[in-house]
Amino acid sequence: MNVRLYVWQRATAALMLPLVLLHVAVIFYATRRGMTAADILARTRGSIVWAALYGTFVVAAAIHAAIGVHNVLTEWSPLGERRASMFAMAFGATLLLLGLRAVAAVVL
Amino acid sequence: MTARRLAYRNSILWTAALVHRLSGLALAVFLPLHFLALGLAIRGEAQLESFLRWSDQPLVKLAESGLVFLLVVHMLGGLRLLLIENLDWRDGQKELAAAAAGISAVVALILLVRMS
Amino acid sequence: MSDARSELTVSLWRGAQQGRYQTYRVPLRENQTVLDVVTFVQRHLDPTLSYRFACRVGVCGSCAMTVNGRPRWTCRTHVSSVAKADRLEIGPLENLPVIKDLATDMRPFFDKWHQAKGAFVPSKTRHDAIDAIRPDSPARIAADAAIECINCGICYAACDTVRWNSDYLGPAALNRAWTLVNDARDAGNAQRLAAVAASGGCHACHSHQSCQELCPQALNPTASIAGLKRRTAVAYLKGEIKA
Repeated sequence: MNVRLYVWQRATAALMLPLVLLHVAVIFYATRRGMTAADILARTRGSIVWAALYGTFVVAAAIHAAIGVHNVLTEWSPLGERRASMFAMAFGATLLLLGLRAVAAVVL
Repeated sequence: MTARRLAYRNSILWTAALVHRLSGLALAVFLPLHFLALGLAIRGEAQLESFLRWSDQPLVKLAESGLVFLLVVHMLGGLRLLLIENLDWRDGQKELAAAAAGISAVVALILLVRMS
Repeated sequence: MSDARSELTVSLWRGAQQGRYQTYRVPLRENQTVLDVVTFVQRHLDPTLSYRFACRVGVCGSCAMTVNGRPRWTCRTHVSSVAKADRLEIGPLENLPVIKDLATDMRPFFDKWHQAKGAFVPSKTRHDAIDAIRPDSPARIAADAAIECINCGICYAACDTVRWNSDYLGPAALNRAWTLVNDARDAGNAQRLAAVAASGGCHACHSHQSCQELCPQALNPTASIAGLKRRTAVAYLKGEIKA
């Protein structure tokens, strides 16, 4: 972990503080109402706000989790720095792809 | 000389760091699955609906409550670190760590009760 | 037959990186430090035991060892406060190569001190006017809070990040760098910030605070390292460090 990775990880963490709170509130709201898929999609489809908020959440989470996984791998696994970086970047790219696909799935 | 001889790890702050790391790893494993589930909506609401109904069972609800615990405890632990790293030093870190765990447990429990 | 209550059972590490714990029985006394116990073994029971000490009164840091799982100054640790059921287990400091028995090789510790640029870099000569450093300036207060480190190695031995990451400079080296970052007379901060901002520098710290909990001088390397994180992040964002 160096200053560049640190700044990215802490910045995405700070960005996600309000997004996590929002997400937990959404979970509470959705579970209380016993919402069906139709109920959920009726709210998310065509919503720019939804797309912006959760799109940002996905990007931040992908970066944050990739750096975190990199740290754990370099400290707790026998993989060297290079392999750990490759694995972490691949993981981050996977999260980004699947996450943006999921946002698109509910918004478009 | 083995790890079990290292008594200083009987420390709430060391446990807090471990919880933070393990919760992060668990969330990292969960997230792709979560995205795949939501992605079911691409094929229309029927697939997502049947997934939601599958997730109505008690064990899944318990797991979801556990995931919310992991999310909140990871966030609050991370917030504690951001405060250490960006503000002047304050004592009472053990109390803050304990409070983070406590609040997360309460949130997860309330959610579990609401879902039952 | 000796009264069991008047004896202490002590396990001492014998060997180097490989070895085993060997058990000795030592008279239990009213006022007794762990260093007293180790010294008794070496003088009366086993002259082949190797260990380090110097001042015996808690000012030099040479006698640091792992006592019942915690790194401590053995001359300042009373047996009565740590022995469980009159048993003690004493080993060399963790995270350092073992030379023999209870003595470790401190060179990696001091090498990292140098890597963190923990040495003062002068900015003036004898022909220049002396800097007026106010003791109540915020920078001097920050430096003074961290300055009393005597390099005993306890924080380094206690740190899990040191254990997991061989590049990590460690709490003592980073704490010292922090005192110099706050020293208005020092001219080496560009190199120093770059050194502690690199991989294995201050950003590797996870704030476990084992260093702060165990430092016999009541120092707080976690806080010093947090200060370094702030300074290096600002320097990086300003383009003063390349990473």
